[in-house]
Amino acid sequence: MDKYQINHLKELEAESIFVIREVAAQFENPVMLFSGGKDSIVMFHLARKAFWPAKVPFPLMHIDTGHNFPETIQYRDDLMEKTGARCIVKYVQDTIDQGKAVEETGVNASRNKIQTITLLDAIEQEKFDAAMGGGRRDEEKARAKERFFSHRDEFGQWDPKNQRPELWNLFNGKKNMGEHFRVFPISNWTEMDVWQYIYMEEIELPSLYFTHKREVFQRDGVWMAKAPFMQLKEGEKLEMRDVRCRTIGDVTCTGVSLSTANNLQDIIQEVAATRVTERGGRADDKRSESAMEDRKREGYF
Amino acid sequence: MSGKESGYLDMELLRFTTAGSVDDGKSTLIGRLLFDSKAIFEDQMEAIEKASLRSGGEDVNLALLTDGLKAEREQGITIDVAYRYFATPKRKFIIADTPGHIQYTRNMVTGASTANAAIILVDARHGVLEQTRRHTYIASLLQIPHIIICVNKMDLVEYKQDVFEQIKSDVEGISSKLSVKDVRYVPISALVGDNVVDRSKNMDWYEGPTLMYLLENLHIGSDINRDDFRMPVQYVIRPQSKDYPDYRGYGGRIMSGSLNVGDTVKVLPSGFTSKVKTIDLFTETLQKAFAPQSVSVQLEDDIDISRGDMLVKETNGHEPVVSQDIDVMLCWFNERKMIPGGKYTLRQTSAEMRCMIKSVDYKMNINTLEHDPDDLEVNMNDIVRVKLRTTKPLFYDSYNVNRNTGSLVLIDETTNETVAAGMIV
Ligand SMILES: Nc1nc2c(ncn2[C@@H]2O[C@H](COP(=O)(O)OP(=O)(O)OP(=O)(O)O)[C@@H](O)[C@H]2O)c(=O)[nH]1
Ligand SMILES: [Mg+2]
Repeated sequence: MDKYQINHLKELEAESIFVIREVAAQFENPVMLFSGGKDSIVMFHLARKAFWPAKVPFPLMHIDTGHNFPETIQYRDDLMEKTGARCIVKYVQDTIDQGKAVEETGVNASRNKIQTITLLDAIEQEKFDAAMGGGRRDEEKARAKERFFSHRDEFGQWDPKNQRPELWNLFNGKKNMGEHFRVFPISNWTEMDVWQYIYMEEIELPSLYFTHKREVFQRDGVWMAKAPFMQLKEGEKLEMRDVRCRTIGDVTCTGVSLSTANNLQDIIQEVAATRVTERGGRADDKRSESAMEDRKREGYF
Repeated sequence: MSGKESGYLDMELLRFTTAGSVDDGKSTLIGRLLFDSKAIFEDQMEAIEKASLRSGGEDVNLALLTDGLKAEREQGITIDVAYRYFATPKRKFIIADTPGHIQYTRNMVTGASTANAAIILVDARHGVLEQTRRHTYIASLLQIPHIIICVNKMDLVEYKQDVFEQIKSDVEGISSKLSVKDVRYVPISALVGDNVVDRSKNMDWYEGPTLMYLLENLHIGSDINRDDFRMPVQYVIRPQSKDYPDYRGYGGRIMSGSLNVGDTVKVLPSGFTSKVKTIDLFTETLQKAFAPQSVSVQLEDDIDISRGDMLVKETNGHEPVVSQDIDVMLCWFNERKMIPGGKYTLRQTSAEMRCMIKSVDYKMNINTLEHDPDDLEVNMNDIVRVKLRTTKPLFYDSYNVNRNTGSLVLIDETTNETVAAGMIV
């Protein structure tokens, strides 16, 4: 590369900053979804870069399932304090208490589906016209199809067969009353890019991403963490192992991997060598072949 | 940070797209590229093995790696662009696998608009079809710098050299009428893998490189315009904080050329000039910046600048054209036909304004690649040359010189849909 070229990480960064600035310019009331996972941490870092030395001109929003690793919440609160950003928290528990959704029961119960209701409610209540998410196209086959600017009708639904053409870097955020957009600034990043970028930028992460001892059990070939609201099936037994998270989601549907990686370089090595996708450990995607597309149509992240 | 920027973090990014007629094997080829470069994970492979069995196939259908929507799997075709990623030690690739079906041409254009290279597939048994011609023409219109013609399904024509040579000369017949610079030809079988990543044992007569070798070695350093500095202002950054009471930065992405602290820049449309005071990217203070970086620029003088304005440098007499009347090559995307004399919203760089279609000069006949000045009704997937009049001055470079400042889209004012893509002549 010559001196007027930038590497792939810097190019991805420049693209994402461009997209985030477009959102701030084209929408009246945007919000950035924040889950406490590495993708939303990177997205928020890019947002800070996009507007520095000014503050990020929109709030963040966390849809809290109540089934979190406590480390995630601690990290979120510390980060907001350190950066002076504002994070709105909406609780899935409230959606359930208001009778808008019924909690799933049984050992595989998850609040993943109800999250969508909480999210759509929040968007309507707060009158957000654009919600940025940390979704990446390399995560899942339905996500691979999504535009940067993804239009949602007044029911929050996505119509994958009829997406707007999106050319060059000209984004069309025009919409009618009641409709909104989902925007994915890090669409073109892979899991490896995210890790390399975190390393290059020295971004601080929740401790869950690094190796630690934890009580875990195996379910359908995936290691799951023990938590107060997790029920064990017959034959499942708890063991103490060295583990780390590859993604951080709801405890009920996010697997952990056995690993002793305690620094970013080791994690990058591990990501380079693994042979399953990061969503391979997510029970929510395993429900059916088109589980993600179906959820996305309804308005999931 | 310098230590970290060396080694494996230092990769070039190449964006490429597939094109060609329905069933020529685009999705299968992408599946093959990913598979042979070991970019497919075990759980993905298991999932497509299961899905292949369910749809009654004997072998694993590699096209399912990109055909991710339910409707696509049911019909066995691609409907919308799928983006896939892989890296080799040399480069990181972003692939846009696009549909061949004419009904979804707009999705093909979406995938192709940002590509450095287009792989156009031709089925060895069928040769050049109307969609092959249409996509080759669109690729040249979009000025995709590198075009690779892959003659696919060579396994079904006994790997015969004369089949390849015939198609090659047919495509040369088309490309000689178009403005494409760098065209290569590779005989392949996407299904079996000949000349995709590994050299074919079935085609000794072919001495050229494999597809993967081309993708890894195309020279992309000069794909971007490095000469003419252009930065559309996206967002004005004004912290008005205790630490930065007077900071006023113009946030934007450099679309072409480069900028140094101290350079004199001109602001369009006002025409005022000033000197560059600082170039910032977060806490980094830069001495110079260049395309495609996103930065924040402060100027020495207080000038009224807002979104939609553009910072430019005059180099070798090149400056953007400022005009309200423009000639545009337009790809029409919408089921509702274009309304002659109709008004649309126009978006170009960060500028937005209304415009009127003053006249249609001609329609492209895709079969003959000739201009048709008589049939002027503009329907979905038509490519036409039009004259537009805008409500305020547009500043642009011709698309041939600058893809980023010469491109535009038209938006329907009632449905808000993006109805056309335009390249300014
Ligand atoms: N024998 C043989 N069959 C092939 C080859 N490449 C693709 N095919 C078959 O051709 C058919 C169409 O392949 P796809 O990859 O879906 O075609 P496509 O170009 O992506 O089609 P659209 O996206 O719908 O335009 C499938 O049945 C493939 O298995 C090849 O090299 N040899
Ligand atoms: Mg296809």
